[in-house]
Amino acid sequence: MSTDSQWKNPVIRWVDDRLPIFTYLDHEYQQFPMPKNLNYFWNFGALASIVLVVMVVTGIMLAMQYTPHVDYAFDSVERIMRDVNYGWLLRYIHMNGGSMFFIVVYIHIFRGLYYGSYKAPRELLWMLGVAILLLMMATAFLGYVLPWGQMSYWGATVITKMFSAIPFIGDWIVTLLWGGFSVDNATLNRFFSLHYLMPFVLFGLVGMHVVALHVTKSNNPDGVEMNGPQDSVPFHPYFTAKDAVGTGFFLIFFAYFVFFAPNFFGEADNYIEANPLQTPAHIVPEWYFLPFYAILRSVTVDFWFISAKLMGVILMFGATMILFVLPWLDTSKVRSARYRPIYKFVFWIFLADCVMLGWVGGQLPEGIPLIMGQVGTVYYFAHFVIVLPVLGWIEKPLPLPTSISEPVTGGGGGAAPGATAAKMEKP
Amino acid sequence: MADNPASADTDDEDAGRRDFLVLAATAMGAIGAASFVWPLIQSMNPSAEVLALSTTEVDLEPIESGQAITIVWQGKPVFVRRRTAAEIATAKKDDSADLRDPQTDAERAEKPEWLVLIGLCTHLGCIPLGQKATDPKGEYGGWFCPCHGSHYDTSGRIRRGPAPTNLPVPPYAYLEDNKILIG
Repeated sequence: MSTDSQWKNPVIRWVDDRLPIFTYLDHEYQQFPMPKNLNYFWNFGALASIVLVVMVVTGIMLAMQYTPHVDYAFDSVERIMRDVNYGWLLRYIHMNGGSMFFIVVYIHIFRGLYYGSYKAPRELLWMLGVAILLLMMATAFLGYVLPWGQMSYWGATVITKMFSAIPFIGDWIVTLLWGGFSVDNATLNRFFSLHYLMPFVLFGLVGMHVVALHVTKSNNPDGVEMNGPQDSVPFHPYFTAKDAVGTGFFLIFFAYFVFFAPNFFGEADNYIEANPLQTPAHIVPEWYFLPFYAILRSVTVDFWFISAKLMGVILMFGATMILFVLPWLDTSKVRSARYRPIYKFVFWIFLADCVMLGWVGGQLPEGIPLIMGQVGTVYYFAHFVIVLPVLGWIEKPLPLPTSISEPVTGGGGGAAPGATAAKMEKP
Repeated sequence: MADNPASADTDDEDAGRRDFLVLAATAMGAIGAASFVWPLIQSMNPSAEVLALSTTEVDLEPIESGQAITIVWQGKPVFVRRRTAAEIATAKKDDSADLRDPQTDAERAEKPEWLVLIGLCTHLGCIPLGQKATDPKGEYGGWFCPCHGSHYDTSGRIRRGPAPTNLPVPPYAYLEDNKILIG
């Protein structure tokens, strides 16, 4: 048992000697070295965890008022909006929180893509992040079904029906998912159960994501590793403060939608109760699924023995799954796009492609949008399987700085920037 | 908190400024967190449609002398008993008895004939027996709680057993001679 404890308070010391939680927090959130050149894009991991907590807290309160039954679900949500004290606030926070979660996480992901945060030694950190994204998507989909509006019902039908594309056992799987012969009460009940479960699984994955991050430490805009203490600042107060500033601005953004445009991200059709006998004229998923939806619908012809339907589903899931192998598809040794002149350009093309697919996903799948969707889908995959591997070979990267400090101090390198950094570290 | 060696050699003015910033930021954070938690907690309080159901009207017309009915008010059973002359007399006589929770019968029944009580034992909330003619009414002819053996008299006062107080009288008013509004 340790005796040279740094803790003076005898209670803290007693606990810490048996369960080193204070030492852990001090080590991981106080002294933890962060690269000193991080920009505000490094706020978004913290923002995502804040949204997760907000979603769980508001979700628990909403579950106390919600009834997962086809006859009562829609009415219980309306009751939350009208009768429950601050029910409108809880629901609008939870509803818009879903969109906020995806905004924050998409920025977080594109940050990783731009600065090469997925490269060695952070591959597993990245893969855990992709798993989190997949689970978030599942959770968001399940949650969207619960209000039991028209979009809920038909969204649930369309998404579950995708599994029928699987050869031989597809229909059996769909019946298993439904617990019946259509999306019905059994489906709603299990979706509620799973929607409540998933966030806690997410917490577990986020925990592993954070542990992995604290092993490899944060990447940074220059994409070169920290060489020593002169390249880092402690997490507290530097990044608690920086994250707090980012959180303040983010909460203002969030609150704007909650209070002034609560249905901005929603679909009006979802305020019509689910009707299994009538499909809305134009069904669209929530905005964060639109690029994937566009990929699903862009496949209109069979590929040899694979039906168009199955191919669409494969590509749609593949669009996310391919991120798992991204660390090995990108053959360049240089992380940050700052030092990769061609990749920097290609990154923006890829981002534009994703935005375009998002737009296409909201249009009817015919004429120009259909062609744009097909081109966009081909480019999406080409970016990963052709552009990135080839770029690693042909691109001539700019010279990397020898340390994080060097670009700031004007290329002195060696001891000089270290000395300057040590001086600057004093608050 | 661990000691921060960097703060040791800074002058007092900076330390004071830093303390102020930390305190101000923490206070604002606490206010923000509290204003987020407030609606969360409030959402667990009775909702508007529950509050709307907080009164109940009872028509006394069909109740015969010596008969009792149980109606539901705010999800709780309310006993309405039309007492016989003998029951009223016993209740009034016992005003001077040794009562655990002293109250006169006149304080408990606006019109002596009608006794209105919340039908939940004040011990741990079971429903006392005594509403039906065939029920045991306890030693004092009122109500008897089967859970832990509390005896209530014909005024609903606790006379024996573990219950601490009399069966409470809910707020009610006569709308007409034969109609009351509970709540």
